[in-house]
Amino acid sequence: MTGDGIVLRVRGVSAGYGGRRGPLVLRDVDLDVHAGEFVSVLGVSGSGKTTLLRTVAGLHPVATGTVEMRGRDLARVAPQHRGIGLVPQEGALFGHLTVARNVGYGLRRLRGPERATRVAELLARLELDGLAGRMPHELSGGQRQRVALARALAPEPAVVLLDEPFANLDAGLRAAVRADVVATLRAAGTAAILITHDQDEAFSVSDRVAVLHEGRIVQDDEPEILYSAPATEWLARFVGAATLLRGESDGAVVDTPLGPVRHRPGRPGVVTAVVRPEQVRLGEPGVSALVVAVEFHGHARLVRLAVADGTTATARVPADAGAPRPGEATTVSVTGTVHVLRTGAGSSDRTTVGHG
Amino acid sequence: MLAAGAAVAVLAALPLVYLVVRAGQAGGDRVVAVLTRPRTWELAANTVLLVAAVCLGCLVLGVTTAVLVVRIRLPAPGLWWVLASLPLAIPSYITAFAWLAAWPGLNGFWPVVGVMVLACTPYVTIPVLAALRLADAGPEDVARTLGRGPVAAFATVTLPQVLPAALAGSLLVALYTLSDFGAIALLRYQALTWAVHASYTGTLDRVTAAVLALVLTAFALAMVLAERRVRRRATAGRAVVATRRADPVSLGPWATAATATGLAAVAALSLLLPPAVLASRILRAGTAPDWVDLARSAVTTLALGAVAAALVVVLAVPVGVLAARYRGRSVGVVESLAYLGHGLPGIVVGLALVFLSLGLLPALYQTAPVLVFAYAVLFLPKAVGATRAAVERVPTSVEEVSRTLGRSALGTWFAVTGRQAWPGIAAGGLLVAVTTMKELPATLMLRPIGLDTLATDLWQHTSMGAYGAAAPAALLLVLVASVPAWFLSERGRRR
Repeated sequence: MTGDGIVLRVRGVSAGYGGRRGPLVLRDVDLDVHAGEFVSVLGVSGSGKTTLLRTVAGLHPVATGTVEMRGRDLARVAPQHRGIGLVPQEGALFGHLTVARNVGYGLRRLRGPERATRVAELLARLELDGLAGRMPHELSGGQRQRVALARALAPEPAVVLLDEPFANLDAGLRAAVRADVVATLRAAGTAAILITHDQDEAFSVSDRVAVLHEGRIVQDDEPEILYSAPATEWLARFVGAATLLRGESDGAVVDTPLGPVRHRPGRPGVVTAVVRPEQVRLGEPGVSALVVAVEFHGHARLVRLAVADGTTATARVPADAGAPRPGEATTVSVTGTVHVLRTGAGSSDRTTVGHG
Repeated sequence: MLAAGAAVAVLAALPLVYLVVRAGQAGGDRVVAVLTRPRTWELAANTVLLVAAVCLGCLVLGVTTAVLVVRIRLPAPGLWWVLASLPLAIPSYITAFAWLAAWPGLNGFWPVVGVMVLACTPYVTIPVLAALRLADAGPEDVARTLGRGPVAAFATVTLPQVLPAALAGSLLVALYTLSDFGAIALLRYQALTWAVHASYTGTLDRVTAAVLALVLTAFALAMVLAERRVRRRATAGRAVVATRRADPVSLGPWATAATATGLAAVAALSLLLPPAVLASRILRAGTAPDWVDLARSAVTTLALGAVAAALVVVLAVPVGVLAARYRGRSVGVVESLAYLGHGLPGIVVGLALVFLSLGLLPALYQTAPVLVFAYAVLFLPKAVGATRAAVERVPTSVEEVSRTLGRSALGTWFAVTGRQAWPGIAAGGLLVAVTTMKELPATLMLRPIGLDTLATDLWQHTSMGAYGAAAPAALLLVLVASVPAWFLSERGRRR
C-alpha cells in the first residue's frame, strides 16, 4: 500500500490509557488512507477503534509509532493544526450555538460575509437550508449528524474521521443518512475513516476495510477480498456467516464432511475451508443432511443443516425457492471455489469445525 | 388530598398576605412616603450593591474551583469535591462572628462581601461540578479539530454548557444574600434586612418595617422566579447523553502543587478559620463556659428543631404527594404557595407573624407555637421538595397493582408508596430540623421571653461584645450544621 496520493499514513502506532505504564489499547497499528479514499475501521466494541481515531486526530497521545499527513510527521502538531475533521457519536453539536454558528465555528479565519457564504453553501449541500437558525435540540437525529458533517467539512480538512456516526439512528433512517454522508464526502473529494462495528455498513460504503481486533489490525483489504479471502478463522466468521470445514487437501481439492470442495491451487496438506452460505447447495447430488432450522430474512432464507458425522453447515437459499422444513432430509454439496486457510498458519483460533 | 394541600398552602401564604394587609391599612400615603424617602432608596441601593458583589465573587470563585477540581488531575480528587461543598455547614453569621472575634471592630461592605462569598460559593460550585462532570467531551474534541487550542476549546464549548448551572447557582446566592440577617447585622452593614430589624426594634415603627419588609420580599421573589427560569432553560433540550467524559489534565508538579494549595487555602479560610478562632476564644476566656446555660439553650434548640421538623413533614406530605402525582392548575397553585417560604427572608416571616399574633391572637404573641409556625412557613419548601422527589421515585404502576389487589388508595399509600418513600421524606425532615436549629432572625423576633436557642445565645453575647462567652454556642452550631452539608456532598459525589 505504498504509492502516490497517500494523505494519511499511520505506522506502528501503539497507545494506551493510564500513563506510560498503563495497558495498551492499540498495538502496532499500520493504516494508510489515500486521497479521496473511504476507509472503514471495523471492530467490536473495546477493540480500540475509537482510540485509533482519537490518536489520529491528536486527541490521544501515541505511545510509539508515527502519524504522518502528506509526508509530514504530526507528532508535535496539536489537534487544531492538523486539518483533520471529526464527527463523533451523536454528533456532539455545540448545544449553545445555532446550526449556522455550529457550522461556522471552524471558520474563524474567514471574514463575516465569506464565512456566511461558506456556511450557506455547506448547509445547502447537506440539504439543511432553512435550519440555519435552529438550535441542536430542535433537530432530528439524522439532521444532527448532517450538521456535524457540515461543521467538520467547513474548514476543508484533508481527512474526516467518523466515529460510529450512524449507530444511534433508526434502521430506516440510517441507510439514507449514510448514503448522503458518503455522497457528500465523495463529491468533496475528502478522504474519510469510518469507525463502525457494523460489518454490512463497512462493506457497503468503503473502498477498504481494516479490521481491528484486540488493538491490532488483523486484515486491511477491499471488502470483496476481505469477504472471500479472510486471513484467519476469526475474520472468516467476523465478516459474515461461514461454515469452516477441516480436511485433507491434495493441492486443488479438499476432502470435507460436505464432500470434495475445489480451492485455489496450493500446497497439499490439512487445511480449513471457508464456505459461505451461498456456496452451499441443497437438493443436488451430495452428502445427506438434516434440516435443523430455517430463518427467513426477506431476500433469502438461511438453512441450518446437520450432517451425519455431527458437522453443521449453513446454506442460503433464495426466498422465492421452495422452503425446506425443519426435520426434513436433504442433500448438501459445495459449489464453486472456496478460500482455504492453512491450519495453524495465521490462525490463533480454535481449529475445530463449526459455523458462525 | 387537594383540600389538605390547599389548607397547607393557605397557611404558607398567610404571613405574607397579612403583611400586605397591615401595610395597606396604614394608608396609601404612608406607604408611598416610606417608599419614596431617600433612606429607603439608600437601603435598597446598599442591598443591591452587596448582592451584586457577592454574586460576582461566588460566580468567579465557584466556577474556578469547579473547573480546577474536575479538569485538573489532583491528588485525592474526592477530598476536593467534599471540601468544595462543606462551607455550607458554616452559617454566614458564624463566619462573621469568627472574623469579629479575631478582629474586633471589623465592619462594613467588604467584610460582609468576604463572609457571604465564602459561605455561599458552594451554591455555585456544587451545580457546576455536577454539570462539568456530566458534560460530553465530544464537542470539545470537535472544537480541537476545528482550530481551537485546549483552553479556547474549553472556554468556547464546555464553559457555555455549564453556564446556566452557574447562573442558577448565583441567583440562589443572590436570594440568600438578600435574606441574610446575621452576618449583615453583626458586621453592621445597612442593608434591607438590617433596616427591617432596626426599625422594628429601635423605633417600633411598624409601617416602615412592614414596607421595607415588602420591598425586600419583592426583591427575593424576583430572584426565585429568575432562578426558576434559568434552571428550566438550563435543563430544556439538554438530554444529550455524554458519549465520553473529559479526562483531567495533568499539570507539572509545581502547577499541581500551586492549584492544590490555592484550593486548600480557600477551604481553610472558610472551614478551618471559624472553628479555630472560636476554640482559641474559649481557651483564652480563662473562665469555664456557663455549662448550664449552654445546655439549656442546646436542649431548647434541639426540641424546637424536632417539633418544627415533625410539623413540617406532616404539612409537606399532602403537598408533596399532590405535586408528584397530579397535574393541573390548582395543584400548581398549591405547590407554588407552599414554595413561597423559599423566597421569604426569615426577618420578613418573623415580622409578619409578630403582626399576625398581635392582631389576631394576642395571647399567642411570643409563644412557642407561633415560633414553630414561622419555621414551618420558612422551611416547608425543603420538605415538600424532598417528599415530591421521594414519591416520584415510586412507580405509579406499583400503586396500580396494589389497587388491583384490593387495597384502597389510602391503604396503598401506607402499604406501598409511603413505605418506599419514607427515607427521602425523613431526610427532608432532618434538613428542616437542622435548618431550624440555625435560624436566627425569626427566632429573635418571635421567641418567648427567657427562651434562648444557640443562635440567640450567640447573638446576645456578641451584641454585648462578650465573644468568649458566645464561642461555645457558635461551635455547637457548626457541629449541628455539618449534618446536611455532609449529606449533600455525599449525594453529589454518588451522582
